[in-house]
Amino acid sequence: MSETVFQPASADELGDIVRQAMEPSRPLHIQGGATKAGWGNAMPGGDTLDIRGFTGVELYEPEELVLTAKAGTPLSEIQQLLENSHQHLAFEPPDYRTLFGTEAQDQTLGGIMACNMAGPKRIQFGAARDHFLGFEAVSGRGEVFQAGGRVVKNVTGFDLSKLMAGSFGTLAVMTSLSVKVLPRPEKTRTLLISGLDEEQAVQALTKTLKSPQEVNAAAHLPKDQAGRSSVGYVAEAGQAITAIRIQGPGPSVLDRLEILKNLLRAFGELEELHFHNSNTMWQEIGNVASLLPDLDKAIWKLSVPPASGPCVCARLKVLPGAELYLDWGGGLIWLAVEPGDDARAGEIREVVARSGGHATLLRATDDIKRRIPVFQPPSDALVKLSESLKANFDPSGILNPGRMRMIEG
Amino acid sequence: MKMPEADKETLARRSQIIRDLEAIIGPERANDLTTGTVISDPVSLKAYECDGLSAYRQLPMVVVLPNSTAQVSKVLSYCHENQVKVVARGSGTSLSGGALPLEDAVMMGLGKLNQILDIDYDNRCVVTQPGVSNLAISEAVAGEDFYYAPDPSSQIVCSIGGNVAENSGGVHCLKYGLTTNNVLGVEMVLMDGEVIRLGGKHLDSEGYDLLGVITGSEGLLGVITEVTVRILRKPTVARAVLLGFSELEAAGDCVASIIGAGIIPGGMEMMDKPAIHATEEFVHAGYPMEAEALLIVELDGPQVEVNYLIGRVEEIAKGLGADYMRISENEEERERFWAGRKAAFPAVGRISPDYYCMDGTIPRSRLPDVISRMKELSKEYGLEVANVFHAGDGNLHPLILYDANAPGELDKAEELGAEILKLCVEVGGVLTGEHGVGVEKRDLMGTMFSETDLQHQQRVKCSFDPDSLLNPGKVFPTLHRCAELGRVHVHGGQTRFPDIPRF
Repeated sequence: MSETVFQPASADELGDIVRQAMEPSRPLHIQGGATKAGWGNAMPGGDTLDIRGFTGVELYEPEELVLTAKAGTPLSEIQQLLENSHQHLAFEPPDYRTLFGTEAQDQTLGGIMACNMAGPKRIQFGAARDHFLGFEAVSGRGEVFQAGGRVVKNVTGFDLSKLMAGSFGTLAVMTSLSVKVLPRPEKTRTLLISGLDEEQAVQALTKTLKSPQEVNAAAHLPKDQAGRSSVGYVAEAGQAITAIRIQGPGPSVLDRLEILKNLLRAFGELEELHFHNSNTMWQEIGNVASLLPDLDKAIWKLSVPPASGPCVCARLKVLPGAELYLDWGGGLIWLAVEPGDDARAGEIREVVARSGGHATLLRATDDIKRRIPVFQPPSDALVKLSESLKANFDPSGILNPGRMRMIEG
Repeated sequence: MKMPEADKETLARRSQIIRDLEAIIGPERANDLTTGTVISDPVSLKAYECDGLSAYRQLPMVVVLPNSTAQVSKVLSYCHENQVKVVARGSGTSLSGGALPLEDAVMMGLGKLNQILDIDYDNRCVVTQPGVSNLAISEAVAGEDFYYAPDPSSQIVCSIGGNVAENSGGVHCLKYGLTTNNVLGVEMVLMDGEVIRLGGKHLDSEGYDLLGVITGSEGLLGVITEVTVRILRKPTVARAVLLGFSELEAAGDCVASIIGAGIIPGGMEMMDKPAIHATEEFVHAGYPMEAEALLIVELDGPQVEVNYLIGRVEEIAKGLGADYMRISENEEERERFWAGRKAAFPAVGRISPDYYCMDGTIPRSRLPDVISRMKELSKEYGLEVANVFHAGDGNLHPLILYDANAPGELDKAEELGAEILKLCVEVGGVLTGEHGVGVEKRDLMGTMFSETDLQHQQRVKCSFDPDSLLNPGKVFPTLHRCAELGRVHVHGGQTRFPDIPRF
């Protein structure tokens, strides 16, 4: 059967497409810009359901901190609109297009939320899920439904927005989303410490994160990763770089900067990055590709308790070709390894299991992804619950089937 | 309020069920906090007959107070095998009847699980049992200048497990989020007794966000036995500004302009004239009695930032014609500003025999419209309404004044409340911002959601509790059988089930 690309423009049309795909059952690959299509388990062949027919901002009320847009609206369009009102998406959605080699396409709002993206600011402002207020969608039953609302405080009914965030299009096809937006900070400064190892670095980061100075990004780049930054000072230091960002009103940022400098004096020489360089460096940290550029390597995203970061790093560094760096105060480790047969899943997941946390294989060949599940295999009870949710929302198993497969085989 | 009909067969087995539960938990030993407890005598059961929504009362069939996850699991597993319903209860402060007992259900109180298990400053989190009070967590970490951000007004007694079940808010949630944004992990027991863990001390867990789904699920999906919460370093300083306006619109504009200027205050509360008068006469906080609307704007954070932002708020308020302005110069003054707002409910209780607290959220720009329509409704029903309002996030708490001893007045108050909530939905808002649906707003769910919307929510319930044994009769106005919800209707069109029990 030849592959069809559907691009519906109304929920009714979309409902028809989904219902037709139910009998006989035929997989639908849901995509916006398809910039993150490489994320998730490999799927069986099927038709493509392109949601970019659903486009445009439907409502933006800066003073209510709310934006509603159709799912296929390009992220860049939303970001431009928000910038005009000095606002932004505070979870700082990263851009994995270079990582997945999909630079030609635009990310969409639906894709950002369906993958529950989060950048360096995760530590203070949460992930996409924390800014997701409500949505309209067509479930795998071909039924149009909505949940949540357009106001920032709402506990009416089950929070299905959370279920949609990070569900990779496996439960329903979202057509419209409401998100919380926040003011853009006026001023930014990043403090840099050079020459620390991972353990010292996380000690320094922890010290600042335990202070009342509202640090909203905290990362550590070993020497090789720092060397790849396009920010002159970071690359030319010739040493590891530990970075701490503060943002806010001008007078506040300058004052807190001095307090933090005093707090960190014992860790070594300190440098500052201002607006432009700071933005560039944090984008590099969030977007991963330029700091771990080797296209042949498998890329892992490890989420661990922040204080365990250095210990996890020490155990993983011995893997063949291992390169890594830390974000989220030590709680996020980006790891590149020689892929071998299984991207070293066994060793990596064992190390992460010891500290508690999740290991996600972000990039690997389809061959490898067929052998090992991309997402951390959960307990049997969670697999059962997840499979039951999938069956309830998508009884024919047609929406991105297998993409979130939890278990071996 | 119609609740699901009690199952006669279960009621007939009551003494056997009590004996079985005693065998699982051990018999009651007075004052012994280390053992689990089974309560079955009618006098002791009376203490559990209602929660914070005291208009509805029902004696539970039996109360169990387990003292460990293992006991919770055994009790649920027993109830699952014997198809006995279960209602979980934390401290019983729900304002929506979330912990209202059922005649044929086991009530499971989590109060004996009251230990903080781990304080981990390096990972900025606390692991605690569900019966620990919200405030006790903040107190446990106060020595290191940390705190737990969500602060519902019942925080002295409300339990953290209940906070997770209800996704509780508070006055600080515009800046710091609701419970769901501050919980990192839970251990919970499913209806069949299976113990699961969601999240932990790390930030991102891939896979379906079940943690997000169970937060705010009002006890319908499982029983929480452990919670990991994020703790924050206390802000260096907090200062409040008191602003009086002669028009509600101007106060609303002021809130919008503050947020429009990129300022997210730690708290931003509004009160209308009836609320100002009731509280001022009660606590003498120094509120301007002639004002139509009062705003309390609190800025918290680093010292320099707070002082700078106070200046900007001052400018904005002046520009919008605030008739009254005072800035707190010390902690005592700041607390006095808040004293009135915090005493708003008891203050209203003082001028009226009873009051009924509503909890809708509206897009803030619709406030003047909503207030004037509420005034009309208030006249129509002949009942006074005072308004307190979490202005920053649009969460409105109209307090309807009534006298429960006057025949028919409770019904009238409830009708008026329902009209107000419908109004909230009509202007683009929602039925409940922080109190939950429970039994109170259950029958209004249809004003916000279609039958298809509700069925999709109920399918989540079916995955966790297919026999609908956990807290039935709450949240959803129609009880669908999971087998029916699971059916696939390929050819579309509305399928109706005339035989479905509605209550």
